[in-house]
Amino acid sequence: MTALHLAIIAPFLAAVFVPILYKMFPNIHTGWFVLAVPAVLFAYFLQYLPVTSNKETVMAVLDWVPSLDIHFNAYVDGLGLLFALLITGIGILVVLYSIYYLSKKTEALHTFYTFLLMFMGAMLGVVLSDNMMVLYMFWEITSLSSFLLIAYWYEREKSLYGALKSMLITVLGGFSMLVGFVLLYSITGTFSIQETIALSSEVVSHELFLPAMLTILLGAFTKSAQFPFHIWLPDAMEAPTPVSAYLHSATMVKAGIYLIARLSPVFAVSGEWLWLVAGFGITTLFWGSFSAVRQTDLKSILAFSTVSQLGMILSMLGVGAAALHFDNLDENLYVGATTAAIFHLINHATFKGSLFMMAGIVDHETGTRDIRRLGGLMTVMPITFTIAVIGGFSMAGLPPFNGFLSKEMFFTAMVEFTEFQLFNVDTFGILFPVLAWIASVFTFIYSMMLIFKTFTGKMQPEKLDVKPHEAPFGMLLSPIILVSLVLVFGFFPNILSYTIIEPAMASILPSLLQEGEQFYVDIYFWHGWTPELYMTLGVIGTGVLLYLGMKKWIGVYRLFPEGLSFNRLYDQTIIQGERMSEKVIGWHMTGYIKDYLLYIFSFFTAALLFTLFYKGAFVVNTENVAPISVYELILAGVLIVSVGIVMFTKSRLKAIIGLGVAGYTVALFFVIFRAPDLALTQLIIETVSVALFLLCFYHLPQISKNLESVRFQAGNFIISAAVGLTITLIGIAASSSRLFDSISGFFPEASYEEAGGKNMVNVILVDFRGFDTMLEILVLGIAAVGIFAMIKLRMAGREQL
Amino acid sequence: MIQIILILSAVLLSLAILISLFRVAKGPSMPDRVIALDMIGINLISLVAVISLIQETTAFLEVILLLGILAFIGTVAFSKFIEKGVVIERKRD
Repeated sequence: MTALHLAIIAPFLAAVFVPILYKMFPNIHTGWFVLAVPAVLFAYFLQYLPVTSNKETVMAVLDWVPSLDIHFNAYVDGLGLLFALLITGIGILVVLYSIYYLSKKTEALHTFYTFLLMFMGAMLGVVLSDNMMVLYMFWEITSLSSFLLIAYWYEREKSLYGALKSMLITVLGGFSMLVGFVLLYSITGTFSIQETIALSSEVVSHELFLPAMLTILLGAFTKSAQFPFHIWLPDAMEAPTPVSAYLHSATMVKAGIYLIARLSPVFAVSGEWLWLVAGFGITTLFWGSFSAVRQTDLKSILAFSTVSQLGMILSMLGVGAAALHFDNLDENLYVGATTAAIFHLINHATFKGSLFMMAGIVDHETGTRDIRRLGGLMTVMPITFTIAVIGGFSMAGLPPFNGFLSKEMFFTAMVEFTEFQLFNVDTFGILFPVLAWIASVFTFIYSMMLIFKTFTGKMQPEKLDVKPHEAPFGMLLSPIILVSLVLVFGFFPNILSYTIIEPAMASILPSLLQEGEQFYVDIYFWHGWTPELYMTLGVIGTGVLLYLGMKKWIGVYRLFPEGLSFNRLYDQTIIQGERMSEKVIGWHMTGYIKDYLLYIFSFFTAALLFTLFYKGAFVVNTENVAPISVYELILAGVLIVSVGIVMFTKSRLKAIIGLGVAGYTVALFFVIFRAPDLALTQLIIETVSVALFLLCFYHLPQISKNLESVRFQAGNFIISAAVGLTITLIGIAASSSRLFDSISGFFPEASYEEAGGKNMVNVILVDFRGFDTMLEILVLGIAAVGIFAMIKLRMAGREQL
Repeated sequence: MIQIILILSAVLLSLAILISLFRVAKGPSMPDRVIALDMIGINLISLVAVISLIQETTAFLEVILLLGILAFIGTVAFSKFIEKGVVIERKRD
């Protein structure tokens, strides 16, 4: 256990104390105590910056389940540290914001902060674990805590719906990811990510490579809300705004991106990876930005915008994989895509976090998030407006904010990608810059909607529940810090380049670097008159025109019928799935014992007959068969006839007498086959049970002594004949193929010499195998007590014992 | 010689059981069937005795005694059931 391990689990440990502090200090907002955790952790992780920027990594080893190769190994490199800083840094701001956002009086703060700390710890675990199983465990805790946080206001139906939806989708992906990890393990024999990376050439040539890649990608796509699994994210907006800002923009949805970046060294050489990651990314980018424009709720717009920005990051990561096919670092154009991906990852966390907080402030101060009811807040809430403008312009990709820089780099990457020669990129590759450009236009439009529909125009006080006013300073503090970061990263992007971005790139593309080399990262505003600049100018021009003429073309969205959306598909899957399972259960769980016996017997015969003949176990061997005498034949006839009477009689009494005859004949067979003890017991038991049958018969209510003869049913007949046949065949086969002599030769002598008894059967019962006898006595005892209890205890009408 | 006679008598006794079984199956009334069951019991006694002779063992003598008791008890129980509808009566207060 090192300090690093302690740092990962510190939030969990802190979560234990949250309810105690909540109860002990009711006058202090619990958030103030919680604030210390991410602050300390952030400071702690900052210490690693010099380490990772020198290309050093830290591996802290802790055995957990060594026999299964599961070690709680913490690994810090550029990528992990970037995420750890994001998680803790934005964690500080979110906790600070939530202190002012959530009321001490009306909200259950202890549950909120417990869940939030759980999430924070889990997220740290995801990004800092080297072991895939541990990563998976933390991954599922993020799903779980996200579920709990979305359903924080659990009395609202929509919260529960959103929580369930996100749970189902992310857990589906998580499970698929587990399958992928296990497949990887079966290829490499290790759960360690770094060791897997070292063995990547072996992985790529293995036949399980593709299944492993697809299942892991499914996990990453569902978590990062990629098309078509993005549908849970907009519904997760029912969560409190700090949660949306933290989980659903800055951290959790980037877990999938982290996973893809982390496993890039393993998979990225293949063309499938390139196409899948880049293709899904660009599709998500387009669809998310396109869908965002039709939303009217601030948080829904932001949710779809998150979806689209995540798609953008992912597509850049996918394109960045193209870099692996070139050796020369200096002329490698595609490395830039990875730089852009990481840079945008940071930028997105800053501006999206601030925008969510802005939406929360607007909601908090006006009582609504609906842009149709909002407007004209600029003069009332000037600081919030400034935040919205900076965040929004950055998201739209306007200079001089950091979004502009990453968008330029994004365009560069997409344009250069079309020139990539491998994997048929030259055919459909042209789609990438085109889709990217269209998506950027839509991004521009919804960013403008976000700013101008909320803050400009005419205020409609009659539509608002409360009189709007500027938020308290504490609530504004976090978004102000974030937008100042937007500005800082916008004007001085190179403070990030060799401290954070370059080490992270080294983790994503390790094979490109020789000893002592490093990537060249230099982000600057002015590229010259390049195609990217013209594209950005086009985006702004087209975006402004489309935004102003929105009323004319907004009808386009009505062309998409509601019935064809993915939400509809999800709802129908759930509903139809429930209906189907209900139908299937209703169909085979009839409640009739007859039917269940039918299943049992048919499965039994089918399985046994199949095994018997498929394995060629059926043999007939007549060597050891004894001669049959005539009286034995006649007695067998008696047995058959008496059983026939039982089956075909119309009278119950006759059936009981028939059973008695059968039992007596069996006793006689025991005599013939020299088993006196058995014969004695059989005779007594048979007599007693016939008497019991008579007793039952007498107590049958309302049933005449004569009954309808048993109705003939073909199905029952076939099954019963099959059961009889199966048992007969197995009996013949078993007695025909004795593999070794029985041990009965031991008992005749031993029973007298060792146990002092001449009756071998009785000696076996009470001496050699007395244990069975004891338990059978117990069975009889239980039966007797049970019968007594059933007769004496009349519980009917009473609630409990 | 004695073996053949014994086996022959075993066959004949089995046939007798078979014929009694016909009465069990056919017997127009329930007492017919009960009497037939009783007869099967008695025939079993003889058959067990013959089989003991065939197998030259005395191990089955208890079986014969037991069968004698059981056939009696069984017939009484059935008769009582047919007559009164119960086998064991409740205590009269």
